[in-house]
Amino acid sequence: MTTLAEAPQRRQEREVHVSDRAKAETRLGQRLVAPAIILMLVVTAFPMLRALYLSLFNYSLTAPEDRDFVGLSNYLTALTDPLFWKTTGVTVLYMVVTVSIELVIGFAFAMVMHRVIFARGVIRTSILIPYGIITVVSGFAWQFAFSFQNGFINNWLPFIDSDFNWFGQTTPAVIAICVSEIWKTTPFMSLLLLAGLAQVSEDMIEAAKVDGATWWQRLWRVILPNMRAAIMVAVLFRALDAYRIFDNIFVMTAGAVNTESISFLTYRQTIEQFQLGIGSALSVLLFLSVLVIAGLIVKVFRVDLAAARQEG
Amino acid sequence: MRKVGTALGCLLILLWCLLPVAWIVSLSFKSQTAITNGSPGFLPASGDSAGWQNYKDVLDNEQFRRAIFNSIGISLIATALSVIIATLAAYAIARLEFKGKKFVLTTALVIAMFPVVSLVGPLFDMWRAFGLYDTWPGLIIPYMSFTLPLAIWTLSAFFREIPWEMEQAAQVDGATSWQAFRKVIVPLAAPGVFTAAILTFFFAWNDFVFGISLTSTERARPIPAALSFFVGADPFNRPASLLAAGAVVSTIPIIIIVLIFPAQDRRRPHLRRSEGLSRGFHRDEEHRQEVR
Repeated sequence: MTTLAEAPQRRQEREVHVSDRAKAETRLGQRLVAPAIILMLVVTAFPMLRALYLSLFNYSLTAPEDRDFVGLSNYLTALTDPLFWKTTGVTVLYMVVTVSIELVIGFAFAMVMHRVIFARGVIRTSILIPYGIITVVSGFAWQFAFSFQNGFINNWLPFIDSDFNWFGQTTPAVIAICVSEIWKTTPFMSLLLLAGLAQVSEDMIEAAKVDGATWWQRLWRVILPNMRAAIMVAVLFRALDAYRIFDNIFVMTAGAVNTESISFLTYRQTIEQFQLGIGSALSVLLFLSVLVIAGLIVKVFRVDLAAARQEG
Repeated sequence: MRKVGTALGCLLILLWCLLPVAWIVSLSFKSQTAITNGSPGFLPASGDSAGWQNYKDVLDNEQFRRAIFNSIGISLIATALSVIIATLAAYAIARLEFKGKKFVLTTALVIAMFPVVSLVGPLFDMWRAFGLYDTWPGLIIPYMSFTLPLAIWTLSAFFREIPWEMEQAAQVDGATSWQAFRKVIVPLAAPGVFTAAILTFFFAWNDFVFGISLTSTERARPIPAALSFFVGADPFNRPASLLAAGAVVSTIPIIIIVLIFPAQDRRRPHLRRSEGLSRGFHRDEEHRQEVR
């Protein structure tokens, strides 16, 4: 009798005890993450809100007294200026070209690294080098390589004149910038893809082989569909990164011959010309376009997923 | 056939990674006259080699020395602080149930996507108001907050894999809870912390946008910014060989870290998962290899 009467009471005690523990755990958890969250918000959320606010003013650091509220007119100025659309177009071009080439080369590299058993360490160590090198340094390396004065590319490419100036026109200059960007970030892409490749079950590939699937069929029907998540993460990260391209352009052309990206335009307005009002409007637009790109990529891959399911 | 293909692939990867590095090293040994004479080829010609002169000039340059000092100091401090803060957060995320966990992870993800340039304007304005413009903390703070997301994600993935019951097992065996934590958990967590530290250091050492926007003098200007301002007014007549020497010098810390990294990894064979930047995903692969 007594044990029966005591049982519910004890359970209740335990519940109280558990919820006390849960509360303490919540408190401890929140205390432990507090420094990180505060720091992240101070440097991003607060300045972003400030940019949103400043973008509504005509505000130049060279004439701070003349700051006055202009509403959305900075956005109107930016969005009706052909320069804005030209730089956005070039930026999208950089992003599409570099990410698609990197996806192909990075996947090939990942396949090789996945198969390699000997010299694994050497390959993985050397692939960290382009990733670790300062972008400014790789920009210089490629700029000098393409230069007709001190480079070797003109000599190595048989169909190019030895005095061809890569940085004199838009298209060759964009190609040179893309080469530098692709060299630098393909290793990052291939490391992400390697991680995805490692998750594809070897048994499934073997089964497809037994069923007589060719190498090409195995790649398209088994390996790639099973890597979709990894590919999406790689494309998402690289695309957002490529969209904010800045360092290479700064070093290689300084924005000359229409190679300026949207990040470069924003930098030039705020830091070089002290136009904080219009610069903030550009900052906000840049942030919004990054969100749109992220949304689009996630959506595209989801559609792809559904299509693949119907196919299967 | 397949082996030949793989070997060829390896060769291509090595060529890809090392060719531009070899090129910039080669350039750094060329004399300025050989370069102004035009098209000196890939390797320094025997008569035109400058020897170590470019390196001597770079290291004698006061601006350059100061920039290296700034970069080392700022990157190390930012890395140390960021890793400490990220470790606390990642431990909480991996081990505790608490309200707001999702918020932390989402915030970190959004910040990882943030276009850095869009913050430079308001930060420039704010840092001038707070007196942080052109100072070390003025760069350390942004570096910390931009590396926290990656560090938190990497570390919490890592911490989730640690068998925390081992800590209790050690306590049962008679260790105090501090001893159990120090002797069991800390050695297991160390490679993850090391990986996060490398990623943070890479970011801080690599940064250019903050470096040129939030500094104006040698007081805090880091090496990438100093290199790019070394250029002079005419972008088509840069002191190429001197800059190449500067570029090589600024790459040395990265090479050292890249070489330490696998060594650190090999010392703990039971935690091979820390291999590469993509660690955390390797479990299946390793399992397969063990089966083989």
